[in-house]
Amino acid sequence: MPDTAPATIEQHKYSNGLVLVGEVMPEVQSAAFTLLIPAGAAYEVAEGLNVGGGAATMVAEWITRGAGSRDSRELLTALDNLGVSHSESAQTLHTSLSAATLGRNLVPALEIFADVVLQPHCDDEEVEPIRALCLQNLRSLEDDPGTKVIYELRRRHFPEPWGRPSPGTVEGISGLTGDALRRFYHAVYRPKGAILGVAGAIDWPRLKDAVGRLFGDWKPRPDPHLSEKPGGPRRDHILRETQQIQIALAHPSATVVSPDYYRARAAVAILGGYSSARLFTEVREKRGLCYSVYASYESQRARAAMLCYAGTSADRAQETLDVIIAEVQRLGREGIEPEELETMRAGLKSSLIMAQESSMSRSSALASDWYFLGRVRPLEEISTELDALTPRSVSDYAAGFVHMRDLTILTLGPTALRFPVDSEV
Amino acid sequence: MLAMDFDSGILSDEPRLMMFHHTTLANGLEVIAELNDRAHSVAAGFFVKTGSRDEMADLAGVSHFLEHMTFKGTPRRDALTVNRDFDRVGAKHNAQTSEEDTFYHVTCLPEYLTPSFDVLADILRPTLREDDFETEKKVIIEEIRMYLDNPMSVAYEAAKTAHFGPHPLGNSILGTVDSITKLRVERMRDYFARRYSPANIVLGFAGKGDWGQLVELAVQHCAGWQGGPATRQADPVRGTGAFQAICREEDLQQTVVGVSDAPPLETEDRYAAHLLATILGDHTGSRLYWELIDPGLADGAELSYQDYNQAGAFFTFLSCEPGETQANLGRIAQIYRTVMAGGVTEEELNQAKNKVLARSVLRSERPMGRLASLGFQWMYRRAYLTLEAELEAFSRVTLGDLRRLLRDWPLWPMTIVSVGPTTDVHRPK
Repeated sequence: MPDTAPATIEQHKYSNGLVLVGEVMPEVQSAAFTLLIPAGAAYEVAEGLNVGGGAATMVAEWITRGAGSRDSRELLTALDNLGVSHSESAQTLHTSLSAATLGRNLVPALEIFADVVLQPHCDDEEVEPIRALCLQNLRSLEDDPGTKVIYELRRRHFPEPWGRPSPGTVEGISGLTGDALRRFYHAVYRPKGAILGVAGAIDWPRLKDAVGRLFGDWKPRPDPHLSEKPGGPRRDHILRETQQIQIALAHPSATVVSPDYYRARAAVAILGGYSSARLFTEVREKRGLCYSVYASYESQRARAAMLCYAGTSADRAQETLDVIIAEVQRLGREGIEPEELETMRAGLKSSLIMAQESSMSRSSALASDWYFLGRVRPLEEISTELDALTPRSVSDYAAGFVHMRDLTILTLGPTALRFPVDSEV
Repeated sequence: MLAMDFDSGILSDEPRLMMFHHTTLANGLEVIAELNDRAHSVAAGFFVKTGSRDEMADLAGVSHFLEHMTFKGTPRRDALTVNRDFDRVGAKHNAQTSEEDTFYHVTCLPEYLTPSFDVLADILRPTLREDDFETEKKVIIEEIRMYLDNPMSVAYEAAKTAHFGPHPLGNSILGTVDSITKLRVERMRDYFARRYSPANIVLGFAGKGDWGQLVELAVQHCAGWQGGPATRQADPVRGTGAFQAICREEDLQQTVVGVSDAPPLETEDRYAAHLLATILGDHTGSRLYWELIDPGLADGAELSYQDYNQAGAFFTFLSCEPGETQANLGRIAQIYRTVMAGGVTEEELNQAKNKVLARSVLRSERPMGRLASLGFQWMYRRAYLTLEAELEAFSRVTLGDLRRLLRDWPLWPMTIVSVGPTTDVHRPK
């Protein structure tokens, strides 16, 4: 690993449960934060809550429409004048608020976001505009089949509510009242499990004090209870009159906290993480079947998945699916070559080092690491783990791909495809 | 107290040490670099001054197809080796084709620049083999089909064609399934020989590096490139103001793209144009945002500025329910007429400056963020602008400049293309 200025990582846990993780980056002028709140779409079906699908997304939009002493326009204008680029969105597990600006405007930005999180106005007159916006977003999502298919894949692959799509449903959004949204907000926006990752040109002592002052009054709430139900169906097709057929697969993988984590990451990357990986080579380069084809990895604390995706014309789709399945199984049967492992390592190390240039990228990684591990993994540790991988250790892990137990396949387009029979895969 | 005044003291007291260098090789290839010892990475890129505007009708899509073909093989490497040689040193590589330029770039750790650049320079002299050509045709066709499933892409392409009419800026970048299918490899080789001449290319570097070493790399890999001068027919153009409604029953939302003429890249007014577009149509806190998005009348309403050789355009983007389209077009027309009559406020201008400045600083913190602007500035203006100078250019824009801009480049009326399930859409009165 080359010599880079060592990162200074600090952390502090406040008495209400909020965790602040900070990384001082001496070479940048910017500062960024990522605030993860355990208030994602999954909590829409928490015991006793049961609000419609889309509540998390609607509340994420609502909280910036007036907070603290500022109305909606004053708030957004204040952020603009501080040069803050920001976004607020709900995912399945978390609602995340992220922002980047010049270092000296970070604390003023956090002052505004503390109001957003703790004192949103939640004006009833904003509910209808937000509803209209979210319903239109759903319509636009229908017009974006590549994105739609991934939401639908997750919903089928993971047990409920772990794959619950954050954009919600027409029925859910249409039926949500201001009271239901406020109930959701009060129940799930809580400090325990909330993680604030901050990186860039920051002054740690000042930041720690400011966050304590700004978020100290955030009252703890009991953790809502989520019960799991089975997902499915494992094989499905969504009929749409589109030019391309979307093909999406999901297979269980090792979580971030699992001892197999690095082997799993390596296997997914070697399968489809870059242009010399197996899927791009076999599906696109050699056969010209697709423009877009890849494999990716995603994880929650208790479950993780490898996703494979391709978009292709209807008359090429069967071959595309067959080649993808064959490549996954071939990886399982034959394992990986030493050169493939070297390439994967070089790619991941490079990405990690280059991410050191971006305060936004680092703030997100800090929050994510803390969520999974309760600590921040130093670059050296990741590098050591990657160096410890061998072709044999990764191949042994990938052997599970041969039978692909618990595989989920979803297609979207004008025609259904022939799925492999379960005994084959 | 809100910070309403524009904050021009945006940078820290300690200036970053960025050194600019340039040279021209004997064959005409220009080499530039902005080097910064504190960066973690280095970005390198070839800017080829060719794009869809340089294509004859029967070559529609050849620039973009050629961009793909460079990755398919050279005298020293086949496609798999190209990909592998980039990936094995962790180099992030990509390319993009626009109306005017084809831009190939790689970002890597400084210690891997030599092997990364070896590949990047190699692919700029591709073999263009016929069997690779026929295979890659299928990939291009898949890409075309992918964009056909995206209503905004369809509307945007159609709007450019409607606005620019027969002028080459209206050419499709991807081409059509038909034009790509009919394309022959000999025509591409000929196009390559004419357009990928060293005098038509700028090689740029940004980030951590040593100028002497970079020049050596350039000489070693590119000094042998041959080719005559390449020209671009860059006639000025004014848009047609046409209206078109395209029916796509399968879409749920209606998508509309509007185009108005704007300052070309040769003028200093491009900074004012960018600020005006931010005030009127940034995705947050703009007039379009407050009038259409905030009340939930549309889920997409933006205005952006694009500059070209001897031309420019303001693009309006609208996404909404089919039944609300006509009313939304009326609202947009009203917003544009209002600003043309009454200008913008000091607060709006300061707010836009604060946004644009902060975004520029953030973007500049990664070498790739600097490389693009370095290359295009040099290619079209033979000028180097430090980040500070760029920020200065924005901060100098006055309300008077914007008033003049609105007068010289009226936003309304505009060319309009509407795409979606309803054709019950017409130009607002």
